[in-house]
Amino acid sequence: MARKITTVGMYVLAVLWLFPLLWVLWTSLRPRELATSWTLSADFTLANFAKVWDAAPFAQYYFNTFLIVAGVLIAQMITATLAAYAFAKLRFWGRDVLFVLFLVQLMVPADILIFPNYNVLRDLALLDTKIGIMLPYFASAFGVFLLRQTFKTIPHELEEAARMEGCSWLQILWRVYVPLARPTYIAFGLVSVSYHWNNFMWPLIVTNSVENRALTVGLAIFAQSFETGAQWAEVSAATMMVIFPLLLAFLLFQRQFINSFIHSGVK
Amino acid sequence: MGELRAKWKVNMYAWLLLLPSLIFLLLFTFYPVWQTVILSFHQADLGSPEPFFNGVDNYKQMLEDDVFWKVLTNNLWFALGTVPTSVALALGMALFANKALRGKSFVRTAYFYPTVVPMIAVANIWLFIYTPEYGALSHVMEWLGKGDINWLGDQANVMWAMIFMVIWKEAGYFMIFYLAGLQNISQELYESAAMEGASAWTVFRRVTFPLLMPTTMFVSIIAFTNSFKLVDHLVIMTKGGPDNASNLLLYYIYETAFSFWDQGMASALTIVMVVLLLAVAAVQFFGLDKKIHYN
Repeated sequence: MARKITTVGMYVLAVLWLFPLLWVLWTSLRPRELATSWTLSADFTLANFAKVWDAAPFAQYYFNTFLIVAGVLIAQMITATLAAYAFAKLRFWGRDVLFVLFLVQLMVPADILIFPNYNVLRDLALLDTKIGIMLPYFASAFGVFLLRQTFKTIPHELEEAARMEGCSWLQILWRVYVPLARPTYIAFGLVSVSYHWNNFMWPLIVTNSVENRALTVGLAIFAQSFETGAQWAEVSAATMMVIFPLLLAFLLFQRQFINSFIHSGVK
Repeated sequence: MGELRAKWKVNMYAWLLLLPSLIFLLLFTFYPVWQTVILSFHQADLGSPEPFFNGVDNYKQMLEDDVFWKVLTNNLWFALGTVPTSVALALGMALFANKALRGKSFVRTAYFYPTVVPMIAVANIWLFIYTPEYGALSHVMEWLGKGDINWLGDQANVMWAMIFMVIWKEAGYFMIFYLAGLQNISQELYESAAMEGASAWTVFRRVTFPLLMPTTMFVSIIAFTNSFKLVDHLVIMTKGGPDNASNLLLYYIYETAFSFWDQGMASALTIVMVVLLLAVAAVQFFGLDKKIHYN
């Protein structure tokens, strides 16, 4: 009996959890004058999406976010791979101190340092640039630790064999370690992409031109340009447009997504 | 001699490999924190064209600032309201989603998807839910025959509204860590418990829960850090209001730095934030973590 109640309760919770998404989807597809009423009717339209697309430079925002997300990911992959290899496989002077320094970044992430990092960016004359949005995230302690764990599990014999064949250190890294750590790269990639696609505060502070604005910032400006609830349908459509790509990716690659997060959480 | 050279070579390689990460770490974590410490001892606002040293004035002023205390207590209440509930809920979700049951992946998806929705979009959606008269919650209240409540406009309610929303956003994310933890528990333990005829509750209390302790610790730390990091929604929903009832430390830093342009004060506030987070890390590192792993 108790078990049955729990089961029903958890299904109810799932429906409750889905409600906000279904509601914003529903609202975004309704004609404007019906957006706030709960009358059931067969009126559905894509007009809100068309209107939103014309009203704000969303194509540019998409492009910017895409560039930022890709740029951060590529840079992180490179810096993290190199550092992770050093921590996993080499004994060197100052290793423990450096390790603690990396740990500190986990606790004090760039998101907290919005004001000091703004000053650094100003000193570098990189305010209102896409590279400025990306730069603070180029080194990821999280990525380093994740890859380090994986590299540690790769047997040393493989490296020796590759060296016998005359591979240099970088070649070994590229031919042995990187391919074997593929699941970790995918896991880290998904976490990083969803994080930077969703990032808002930092791009908001750094940018003030359309050419560099991220999708999230564009959405916030669009939503705030309305005074009342009169344009709910449009704002819902804009919201759907921003969450849709990631949501779609999540639904398509659900297993990998959840496994990735599991993977990155355990290590 | 050859050995020394080989050693030197390894050191050089290691440092070269670490260099790219180190540069960004220094540039965007350590140097900024250092500069912030210095700036926090200076008067640097719109009234001072050149920042000048003013000792601990910023900190003194901060301690006398009602808004600072309000924001700090808000943040602690926000943490207290979100952390235990979302962690407990995540555990429940994981226990449920881990079992072989019909619609398992549907349930997992439903719980997890808020994680991939940006906070700024969450704010838009929930703004519609909380709006009086037209919002979804109003419709529900009306349907239940209860009066309408202004969730975001009322000082007494706004924090609850935020806490509920953040629990919705985060519980599914934490569920993932519990799912991973559950998969690491040996099946044999459950088998022997079943042989002894232990009840489900006993198994949970004696086996599952204690073995998930490291996960609980890990998730609680993330949840606590997040309660200081999550502020995007304030920009859309309340701007910290009404009368700072929903304001949080990071948003206050943002306002102080970029609306009032009081850089000295923003620096002092940032230092408080950094110290707070490092203190939590230290507690985890030196205290709780050891107890949990080595018992």
